[in-house]
Order: sequence, then structure tokens, then C-alpha cells
Amino acid sequence: MTGTWQRLLDDRRAAWGLYAVLAVILLVLPFAADAFLGRAWVRIIDVALLFVLLGLGLNIVVGYAGLLDLGYIAFFAVGAYSYTLLASPQFGLHWSFLVLLPLGAFVAAVFGVLLGAPTLRLRGDYLAIVTLGFGEIIRICLINLNRPVNITNGPQGITLIDPLSIGGFALNKTYTLAGVTFAPVHSYYFVFLACAAVAIFISLRLEDSRIGRAWIAIREDELAAGATGINTRNVKLLAFAMGASFGGVAGGLFASFQGFISPESFSLLDSIMVLCMVVLGGMGNVGGVVLGAVLLTALPEALRYAAPLQKEWLGEVYVDPSDLRMLLFGLALVLMMLLRPAGLWPSRVRRRELVEAAAEAPETTDVAR
Amino acid sequence: MSHAETALLAVHSVSKRFGGLAALAEVSLSVHRGEIFGLIGPNGAGKTTLFNVLAGLSRPDTGEFTFDGVRLAGAKPHRVVECGIARTFQNIRLFANMSALENVMVGRHARTRAGVLGAVLRDRATRAEEAAIVGRARALLDYVGIAGRAADPAYSLSYGDQRRLEVARALATEPKLLALDEPAAGMNATEREALKRLLERIRGDGTTLLLIEHDVKLVMGLCDRVAVLDYGRKIAEGAPAAVQRDPAVIEAYLGGGFA
Repeated sequence: MTGTWQRLLDDRRAAWGLYAVLAVILLVLPFAADAFLGRAWVRIIDVALLFVLLGLGLNIVVGYAGLLDLGYIAFFAVGAYSYTLLASPQFGLHWSFLVLLPLGAFVAAVFGVLLGAPTLRLRGDYLAIVTLGFGEIIRICLINLNRPVNITNGPQGITLIDPLSIGGFALNKTYTLAGVTFAPVHSYYFVFLACAAVAIFISLRLEDSRIGRAWIAIREDELAAGATGINTRNVKLLAFAMGASFGGVAGGLFASFQGFISPESFSLLDSIMVLCMVVLGGMGNVGGVVLGAVLLTALPEALRYAAPLQKEWLGEVYVDPSDLRMLLFGLALVLMMLLRPAGLWPSRVRRRELVEAAAEAPETTDVAR
Repeated sequence: MSHAETALLAVHSVSKRFGGLAALAEVSLSVHRGEIFGLIGPNGAGKTTLFNVLAGLSRPDTGEFTFDGVRLAGAKPHRVVECGIARTFQNIRLFANMSALENVMVGRHARTRAGVLGAVLRDRATRAEEAAIVGRARALLDYVGIAGRAADPAYSLSYGDQRRLEVARALATEPKLLALDEPAAGMNATEREALKRLLERIRGDGTTLLLIEHDVKLVMGLCDRVAVLDYGRKIAEGAPAAVQRDPAVIEAYLGGGFA
């Protein structure tokens, strides 16, 4: 199936046709979802787009550079709090998002380097443990930074965060334009969509560049990468910084969208969720990551319907939807590892790594590691 | 050929200990511009240790080495490459799942500049640089004789071709000195002969070669000068024919009683 798609995309005219169809679908999607599924689903789509941003950021670190990061949500938190502190009643500051989103990306990138610097010598499991700790440190700091000076307002979180707005045009109000009603969820949808599109563009361009090749070379063999003239320290820190900056932007968008954040929104489970999106969709492949983010955001929401359905068919709710969610989630991951270890839509290089290399292992023992 | 400025690489009494073991003891040698220099010695003589010191993988305890006038002891591997030393590995280390062409393209990293901004914006300069990278990589694949395998993943190449690819990747860094760690290991006679021709061609095109080799026959036929290491000490240095007759060398290789 992937082969057919690839052939279609290789043909320029067919590709433009496909993109045009995709653009139209994406334009009407929030209104269609609103009309047929209800407003809650527009919100779910918005959240899915934020997870696309997060997934693409983590993909730079895990998918390209091969650095397993279990604390990625920390950068999301850093972005969210740097937006919030400068655009909420907490300090009475109300800066424009045009300043705050780039600032969030920058602050998150700095934290990315702070995490990256001490972990440069670590690989695999060890790196995973340190990054996991880093994620928890950030969360616990956010909980406790309400004393002696109240910065984060602790576990209560911060409310009344400014929405995105330019001039008098704030996205938390409903507008009517040419007969179409734009509720906040619709407006935010288009902002998030634009951000996701930019993130996809940046990811694709980076992948096919001098820097992207250096990241992939480090993933393949760090020692050989160094011996080939790559400054592994700088290139790895760059991966951490770039990946984190995506998370920082997503965090700022999330804070403005929700209007409320608390440290609870940035738990280890969220880090794992983003990692699952990347792994399940197809590590190192932008299309796969987008697919993974959308599927894993929508799946749990779809399972909410399980309770009323059980009631209707069986007369009683036997399995709680939230239990069912984790059950199916685990099952999906196990099946994935068995059937498609490189992800639903794997990258070319990763597929070789995980599938073909394993099949051809006997004759390629020298290099297939 | 023998005056001082022809020395491309000069090693001054480099020592390296691992615990109680002296892997290298006061080793000094110099490699001249344009020659093929062989470093031989029995297993455990310290050849690879010296090689790792030169490549920036380990820092010598004492001693210095200068390359093309630059002091490099303890420099990071990428810095060593930037200064003009490229290496290959004894147990081939390619980017196994990248294509042959991409492997060589990675080798251009140290000689190109494009950063994140260039990658994202793809301005004129970046596009030109990228085209030059591809062009150079293709030319190098052709040079080592595997142009036909450009699109194939590195792991799918035959053993001999993987060696060639590794050499092409090293050459992509524009080295003044190409250091090869046992390039003939595991090769059959035909592959070995082809390798010999390739190395001679590389030298003919102006790159100095440093060869670590176990296979004395290959070294003797190929090298202009050789140094022999034994228990971390240099026991001989000179033309292959002279070194071959050196009693200390014969003893090191064959054990006492034959000298």
C-alpha cells in the first residue's frame, strides 16, 4: 500500500492533485466535525494537532538522532509556563503571542541544551533514565515554585491565561465571517494547523540536509560519525534544542488554548504518550509521526462511546472506558511490535534497520548492528 | 625527501598506559608527505592504540604529535578530521542503513557549512552546496569503483565493496593523510590485489597513506617505509627490505632463537 502512495507522490501532477484534495479536506474538517460529531470533536482535532507538533519535535531527537528521550513533555511544560507567566494575571503581564511563541521556542531550546549537555556520553537505556528524571524534575519544580516567592502558583496552576489575539481580535470569542461561524475551537484549529504545517515543512527540509544526514549518521554509528568529521557533541545538542523548540511552541499554544495550566498536565504518562505516537506511527518518518499523533489522540476519545454502547447492548457497563483505553493501547503496542516493528508508516532507513536488516542478518553480520 | 619539512605527521615519544600495561612506550616516528607508511607488529604490539591516539579517540599520557604543523594530541575526532586525517576501521563501520551515496555524503560534513537555517530556507548557497556534495560523493564512488551501488544500502554491499565505500567516505573529508586500520583483513587474494591497486592510485593522486597491517607481505609490497612495534615500543623503522632483515624484528615475529 505504501508503495502505491509513494508512486502517486513521485508523479508531480498526481501529487499536486492529492495535496489540493488534502487542503480542501483540512479546510472543511473542523466544520464537518462540528456538524456531524459535535463540538467536542473539533476540540479533539485541535489537541491532535498539538500532539502532531510534539510528535514532530520528539521525532527529531528520537527518530533522527536516535536519542531516546523519556522526558520530552518537560519542554512542552517549559513552553506552556513561559507563555503563561508573561500572559496572565499571575504577574499582570500581557505580552503578545507574536513575541511569546518564539520566546517559548527559545527557552525550551535552552532547556533542551541543559538536558543534552550532561547526557552527551549516555546512550540507550541510560539516556532514557536520565531524561525521564529530567521530565520529573521540571514537573516537581513547577509544583514547588510557589514558595517562598510565588512564581508558578504551585499545584493549583494558573488560570485566565490570555488567548491568542492581535489588536482587538481575540481567538476566545466567536466570530461570523461570510456566513460561517468561527467558534474559538475553529479559530484555534487554523492556527494549530498552520503551526503543524510549518513543523512538517521544517522537519522534511531538515531530514534531507547536511544536518539531517549528520543526525542519522549519529543514530547509525556515533563513533564512525565522529571519525567522519561530525562534531557529535554540537550536532546532538542541536537535535535536543530543535526538538525542544517544537515542544516549546506547542506548550505556548496549549496554554493559550486552554486558558488554564497546572503541573498535572505534564506528567510522565504524557511523555510516554508522545513517544508512543512517534514509535507507533513510524520513527524518523514525518508522515508516520503525524499519523501516530492523530490516531493516538482520537482512539481514546472514540473509546468514550464504549460505555453507552455497552449499556445499550449488554444492559450494563462491564468495562470502564478508561480501563479499556489502556487495555487496547497495550494490545495495540504489542501487536505493532509483532507485525510492524518499524511503525505503521516507517521511514526508508528505519525500515531497513528494523525489518530487512533482521531478515538478512546472517550475511551482513559485519555491519548490521 | 628526508628534510624536516617533508614530515606530514610527527609523533614525539608518545606513551599510553592501561593500568599496569604500557600499550605505548615513548614511540616516536614521522610520516613523510606523499609516502605510504606501514605500521606493523605482532598482535597486542600497540598498533591500534597508536592509531586511536592519532584519530583522537584516546589521549596520550605523555608525548605530542603534530600534523602538518598543528599539535593534535588529545584533540577530538572531528577536529582531527578537520585538520586532514581520515581513518577507516578494522571492523568496517559504515552507516549500515544509509545508501552508499549517503555514506559518502556524510563524509563531506566537515568540509561544508550549511546549518539549520540554510536547511530550512534552502537558499541559493545551500542548494549549490548540496549539489556539490552529491556531485563529489558520486565522483568518489566512481573513483573507488562502486558507482553502480550508489543507491543500495551500505549493509547490502559485499565485504570488499564495503571496504571501498569506507575508503570513499574517508576520502570525502579531503584528507592529507588517510589512515587505514588493517584494510586487508578478511580479504581474499583477488580483493587484496584490487585494494593494493586502489591504495597506490590514492597515493598517486597526492594523499599520504598510513597503513596498519598484520599482513607483512602486503606491507612489504606496498609501503615505502615501515615502523615495527613490539610491546608498545618501536623496534625498527626504515625501508621494508632493511626492516625485514632486522634481527629484532625477526625475533619479535618468530620468537627468540631464530635471529
